[in-house]
Amino acid sequence: MNFIARWFPYILSGVSVGGQYALIAIGYTMVYGILRLINFAHGDIFMAAGIMMIYLSAVMPLGGAVLLVLLLTMFLGFSVDRIAYKPLRSAPRMSVMISAIGVSYLIQNTVAYLTGGLTKQFVEIPWISDTVTILGASTKRVTLITPALTIVLVVALVFLINRTKVGMGMRAVSRDFETSLLMGIRINSVISITFIIGSFLAAVGSILYFTNYTGVTYTSGAMPGLKAFVAAVFGGIGSIPGAVVGAFVIGICETLLKGMGLTAFSDAFTFALLVVILVLKPTGLFGENIKEKV
Amino acid sequence: MLEIKDLCVDYGGIHALSGISMTVPDGKIVTMVGSNGAGKSTTLRTISGLVKAKSGSVKADGRELLGLPINKVLEAGIAQVPEGRRVFSNLTVLENLRSGAYLRRDKDGIEEDIRWIYSLFPILKERYWQPAGTLSGGEQQMLAVGRGLMSRPRVLMLDEPSLGLAPLVVQGIFSIIKEINKRGVTILLIEQNANMALKIADYAYVLETGRISIEGPGAALLDDDRVKEAYLGKYRG
Repeated sequence: MNFIARWFPYILSGVSVGGQYALIAIGYTMVYGILRLINFAHGDIFMAAGIMMIYLSAVMPLGGAVLLVLLLTMFLGFSVDRIAYKPLRSAPRMSVMISAIGVSYLIQNTVAYLTGGLTKQFVEIPWISDTVTILGASTKRVTLITPALTIVLVVALVFLINRTKVGMGMRAVSRDFETSLLMGIRINSVISITFIIGSFLAAVGSILYFTNYTGVTYTSGAMPGLKAFVAAVFGGIGSIPGAVVGAFVIGICETLLKGMGLTAFSDAFTFALLVVILVLKPTGLFGENIKEKV
Repeated sequence: MLEIKDLCVDYGGIHALSGISMTVPDGKIVTMVGSNGAGKSTTLRTISGLVKAKSGSVKADGRELLGLPINKVLEAGIAQVPEGRRVFSNLTVLENLRSGAYLRRDKDGIEEDIRWIYSLFPILKERYWQPAGTLSGGEQQMLAVGRGLMSRPRVLMLDEPSLGLAPLVVQGIFSIIKEINKRGVTILLIEQNANMALKIADYAYVLETGRISIEGPGAALLDDDRVKEAYLGKYRG
């Protein structure tokens, strides 16, 4: 019992952090699945959602601000693809990747300019910021909401991908651009939808994530973005269940390490895990391994 | 009717097609034979809109297709079964068929066509739930043809359906092509396997380095000495 009382709060918080990473990681893994591109700007889109939340909630009611943040972040993701990636569809992959790095810095610097480089205090969202007690552990309500919401969104997403026509289009495009075109699938629409979904999830993750932190600054997207990326690679990039599992593993391990008093090593652990997985199983836990006959 | 006139296509400064003209009348099987690199695939890819033409025209019942986006060409009733089958290996057999009907909205018609394709290729019905990547080469080719038919095209263009398949399987595919044609689908067939293609073709074109060198009814070309020598192998003895 003592053992549970000692570790339960960390596991709880780990599951919550994992859910937040999962919401970001799905965006990485979906875009990679379709474009074979690591969207380096994704972490910054996540950060931009947090910043927008701060500015918008200052001028309108919270509900409206959340809704507008979701919409604007989706639009941001859509625009990034249309402006920075779409013109490079037939360019070598390296060019698109460099473009992604450029977009990442562009978003960071734009936010740095707008905020004067200062850390902005994140909004206190009532109800989800309230403290609740569960099994003797007291925590913010967001800690409980995050994993539940993550699971609901992931189930909805998996349904969309496996059971709807758009989802079938996404899976077809992820396998073969040219043949998808021959079937009449408009691949640019499918790619846009992918960016919009990824950015929507990142925006949800952003609002939940920053609720646990005091503030947002222009570099705030870098670390969670990187960790979500590691989660996606760990789970097998291109695989949505993989990204979710990877995110929960990393989130829980990180907070447990913090619980052991090894806070300084928690980030190092995540990246060590990346090295280990890349050496032992480069395709990740659920990486694509479909046998194909020629 | 599909009418191709003076079609020129450049690939990175090289003339892939230098002015070819051909006609694909409704309800017929027209074939284009020729060796590797003659420009056969380029012809199909230009018709379907994957490749931009330099000049010339491609008309379907008088309507210009060149310059149209790929999905509009498909809507005009012209479908392409790509070379190498290119089934979506991560989608199930049934999903592959449905992907061929991506632009269609008539649910009942789609179900009806799926049943028709299952009757043409019973093996696809047996395996409808399998990922297409697990099918054999011949089964994948059947799936690719079935998927091509799912847009309910008036003209089905087939790019080397015999590629890499065992002779017996090729015979099966070719007899299905004839059957599809009997159902009223016009066929434009591209083949290196000239012998098989000429046997089923109403009319045939021989393509050599981007130009049509010989044309005529399929049976006539089978007897043509030049065709025999270049594409069918000389008869010994």
